[in-house]
Amino acid sequence: MASGNGNGKKNLVVIQLTGGNDTLNTVIPYNDGLYYDNRRTVAYKPESVLPISDELAFNPKMGSMKRLWDDGKMALINGIGYPSPNRSHFRSMDIWHTAEPDDIGKEGWLGRTARVLDPNAENVLTAVNFGRGLPRALGVKGVPVASVGNLETYGLFPDLQDDMMRKIALDAFAKMYGGARGQDAVMDFLGQTGSDALKGADILRTAPGLYSSNVEYAANPIADSLKSVAQVMFANLGTRIYYTIHGGYDTHSGEMATHAQLWDHLSGAVGDFWDDLVEHDRQDDTLIFIFSEFGRRIKDNGSGTDHGSGGSAFLVGGQVIGGMYGEYPSLEPEKQLEGDLQFNNDFRRTYATILDRWLHVGSEDIINGSFEPHEIIAR
Amino acid sequence: MSDKDIALMAHLMRRAGFGATRDELEAKVEQGYEAVVEELLNPQNPNNLPDDIIRRYHVEQSELRQLDGAAAYWMYRMITTECPLEEKLALFWHGLFATGYSKLNQARVLLNQVDMFRRHGLGKFNNILLELSRDPAMIIWLDNQDNHNGAINENFGRELLELFSMGIGNYTEYDIKECARAFTGWTLGNVEYMNVRALKDSIWPYSRIAWHFDFRENDNDTGEKSFLGETGNFTGEDIIDIIAKQDATARFVSTRLFQYFAADEVDDEGEAVIKDMMDSYFESGYEIKAVLGTLFNSEYFKSESARFARIKGPAETIVSAIRLAGTYREPTLGVNTVAHHAMFMGQTLLSPPSVEGWHEGTEWIDSGALVERVNFVAKELSDPTKPGIRKIIDRIAIQGGILSPDDLVDQCLDLIGPIEVGDEARDALVEFATMGGDVDTDSLEEGGDDVQRVGDILRLIASTREFQLA
Repeated sequence: MASGNGNGKKNLVVIQLTGGNDTLNTVIPYNDGLYYDNRRTVAYKPESVLPISDELAFNPKMGSMKRLWDDGKMALINGIGYPSPNRSHFRSMDIWHTAEPDDIGKEGWLGRTARVLDPNAENVLTAVNFGRGLPRALGVKGVPVASVGNLETYGLFPDLQDDMMRKIALDAFAKMYGGARGQDAVMDFLGQTGSDALKGADILRTAPGLYSSNVEYAANPIADSLKSVAQVMFANLGTRIYYTIHGGYDTHSGEMATHAQLWDHLSGAVGDFWDDLVEHDRQDDTLIFIFSEFGRRIKDNGSGTDHGSGGSAFLVGGQVIGGMYGEYPSLEPEKQLEGDLQFNNDFRRTYATILDRWLHVGSEDIINGSFEPHEIIAR
Repeated sequence: MSDKDIALMAHLMRRAGFGATRDELEAKVEQGYEAVVEELLNPQNPNNLPDDIIRRYHVEQSELRQLDGAAAYWMYRMITTECPLEEKLALFWHGLFATGYSKLNQARVLLNQVDMFRRHGLGKFNNILLELSRDPAMIIWLDNQDNHNGAINENFGRELLELFSMGIGNYTEYDIKECARAFTGWTLGNVEYMNVRALKDSIWPYSRIAWHFDFRENDNDTGEKSFLGETGNFTGEDIIDIIAKQDATARFVSTRLFQYFAADEVDDEGEAVIKDMMDSYFESGYEIKAVLGTLFNSEYFKSESARFARIKGPAETIVSAIRLAGTYREPTLGVNTVAHHAMFMGQTLLSPPSVEGWHEGTEWIDSGALVERVNFVAKELSDPTKPGIRKIIDRIAIQGGILSPDDLVDQCLDLIGPIEVGDEARDALVEFATMGGDVDTDSLEEGGDDVQRVGDILRLIASTREFQLA
């Protein structure tokens, strides 16, 4: 289904919500008395939420995403998690990144995916991370991944303000990392890596100049990131995996204000990004995946919520069969897990959905096991 | 004082520390090579800022329970220490006995472990292993609190043999079980509660209480054990003594130290040095100080072929650039940002990717990490307002007269290292310098017209392939 010059190749856009998103205040069981019993202060009144069923409603700030839900472009995956939940941010995020709940995994699931998509590492931009430092999800030895802090200044010597000076310095860099190979393995490797980095940066920096759109993104970090994703995607650089992080979800205190603002920004940015995809006819070859490392405690602490388990994830795309997948975990005391929501569907089923049904790369080797995909992608 | 002496001393300081400025190198050459080695191996006073002053001036280094503050605190120690080998070796042990925040949710205990490396890192290897076996962070990291008499958990026993002392192929699965038995009951005080806290990772209300070692005699398996061909009612201490006396252990420790301090790849000549290091290990009663002394004083280490044979690690890259630029010496906020840069380059201090630590050598380099390395160092070393860079410019200026672009490049290569670069790099540097023509040394005074030109050349040198090496 070729459209919008993307050669019909399927893209994946991953948005990681770092800190542990409070599921109960994202997809709100607004008719469940237990929600209000447990959430004395950190809760939304029934009249303020955006209902998607008789039981569940979106956070009041999720208007833009509600629109995608109403259009049938969004799958909501309830009760997502993994066995023996770990409430450590780091460990839990590692588990999501490596798809290894039991052992300490070494390779990122999306790095492995990039290696399957581009086995000879011919395109240095097969996977692009929008942010500083490589998330472990993308880390695999020998798989080039560009990490872009700011697309406008991405690459070498961003501190050089003078364009002419920067150009001269980059030319010198190219010469210093070029030259004949075959003298010394380490110097060759450094030369190749430096040349790749320069090439990737040269290509990436062209993207903003090629971009035009009627969509006006808001001015906040996640909107900036998704705009950069759009710029790179529409420049058709062969990128298949786009990764970005939205941080700040660790709402131990002052949650009502913080969490609402996070979702205001995120939902607005996803809505704008979607409009941008539609304007450029790329909605049918793009899948957006939104996840967090865990949910939060059922009972609030008077100001915020502590680390919990059992979360929710979202898949958005033109080929997504909208609706709810997995069961929303019960708040009944006997069904809780140590005061947290009990997960009921393994996150690797969602990974298998993305890998087997969307990117068409076999999931078993990537996530170390066979997991049944959800029937989320239209076939 | 010959250029050769300076180059050798610079090599020693890059390896046994985090590099040195030209002033420092000249003073050390006066002292003599062997004397400097002795001084490095016998750290006296690191002269770091006392903790109470750090608390006052460095809020970003004060929350030591959390990863950010703890990593910044350690980075600052590396930047300011006057006993660089002590910190460099702590970084080595941290990579070898890799213990990570992810499972502990408690960085204070990791800093305590690093401090243990400072206190014992140059001492006897059996003692280091003993300290490690009693280290609270290590106990939780490798589940030894779940290692019970009659129901062993092998995790610590296995890694003690595989990753921390002998290496795979030198013991049997049976040895692992017997080893684990000896360490039953080596746990933490109030362990059940601490375990729950580690799992919950909540800062509300009392989390992250520092842990201490506890030996539970009634949970310790005192029965007979067969381990590496010996039989007896071995305790954990006995097991460690048996490990320490193995040839495989001497080889493992010597090889790892060689790869960290001498060269990423071991060639035939390197093998011979490792043999000598193993001899020192046994002759000294397993003393790391003796093993390192043998390495640093070996002809191999001092030879030119050993120079620039290692890829710098991220923390090393950052700390050596900062020490050369002379910044962060006085209380200055922002060390936490510096620590973030190590993460951008692929090394989150106190959070190694797994118990195997970081894969070093060329594995430090990928396109993203290389861009981060070059950008950080280029920015740090190209700024003439930084005291260390100003000193380099002063040394060029003091010669007087007119310098050709060729001379200017050579001076910069000398004073930033000395470092030798390949033809591609030198040609590109000279071509760049030629764009500005000759340099009148009078214009290198502070605020002078050509000051930034020196900064620009230093920027490019800091960006070379050669500069990625130590």
